[in-house]
Amino acid sequence: MPLLKRRTSRESEIPTASMADIAFLLLIFFLVTTTIDADSGIYMQLPPPITDDNPPPEIPDRNLLMVLVNSNGDVLVEGEFMQITNIRDEVKRHVLNQGQDPSYADSPDEAIVSFKTERGTDYGTYIEVLDEIKAAYIEIRNDYARQVAGVDYNTYKGRLAEGEADVVADTYPIKISLAEPDPGGQPAS
Amino acid sequence: MSVHFKKKSAKTKQNIPTASLPDIIFMLLIFFMVTTVLRETELLVRTTLPQAEAVEKIEQKRLVSYIYIGPQKAEGGGYGDDAVQIDDAIVDDLTRIREIMYRKILEEPRMIISLRVDKDVETGLLYDVQQELREAETLRINYSTTREMADA
Repeated sequence: MPLLKRRTSRESEIPTASMADIAFLLLIFFLVTTTIDADSGIYMQLPPPITDDNPPPEIPDRNLLMVLVNSNGDVLVEGEFMQITNIRDEVKRHVLNQGQDPSYADSPDEAIVSFKTERGTDYGTYIEVLDEIKAAYIEIRNDYARQVAGVDYNTYKGRLAEGEADVVADTYPIKISLAEPDPGGQPAS
Repeated sequence: MSVHFKKKSAKTKQNIPTASLPDIIFMLLIFFMVTTVLRETELLVRTTLPQAEAVEKIEQKRLVSYIYIGPQKAEGGGYGDDAVQIDDAIVDDLTRIREIMYRKILEEPRMIISLRVDKDVETGLLYDVQQELREAETLRINYSTTREMADA
């Protein structure tokens, strides 16, 4: 009986005044640990592994633009020496050929850029060349998107509804082949 | 005029209601808890990323798995040979990458491998790693770069 009496006489409340402070502390912790910046880079798709029942496809020579880089950073495009800054125009000429020049591709759909380096090439040069090839495709896509929709490709892509066909990407698919590397004299240690 | 103003302000209460403050803070807190990805692992190799112009952003950060390639940091400064790091450990035997990546892609089939490679690494090592990735059927990769300024 005396117990019951005591309980009724007191008010039982949890103090909530410090709630905001606790929440603030947690908030600051997550603010500090969070990393907002998204990772950016050059997106690539690797070819599937070569097996006996999945041989590499045969591609006519004219549809293939061979880009070779040796360990000194010299660039050969279709067997001819070329400056890195000129690769972009060469790739655009290759893809946009539409079967006119017999040394370039039949159609944008079939055009493939084959990119190959020696083992000794440094990664900076590798990215520099790959960036030029990728930039050529992006310029092509931007030009075509402006023709179709009047905006550049990223805006066009953002406007597409779910399941709607991406006409630009279907017309100019990015086909960059990362070929098997050359031994290049000495194998890397 | 000034007397009039003084009178008016004196009459009304000037407290900002703070009762809903915890709720607002909690909302922010929950937002950050949901969006946060805890800091990356400690790097055992140096990765000075190259610059590129034609870069894309990866929106879904949770799908990304990192591979670091670069000269290994030696104890007491300096750098050793080129090494490959996955998660928080150096992978000595490159053929083990296949196994590690295969297990990862079983968990998340849409996984993207982001390669953070030092710009002085020879591409031979990169090719070896890529061959392993092909064997593991982890074919979506991303060469991590920093964005090049237009006038640089």
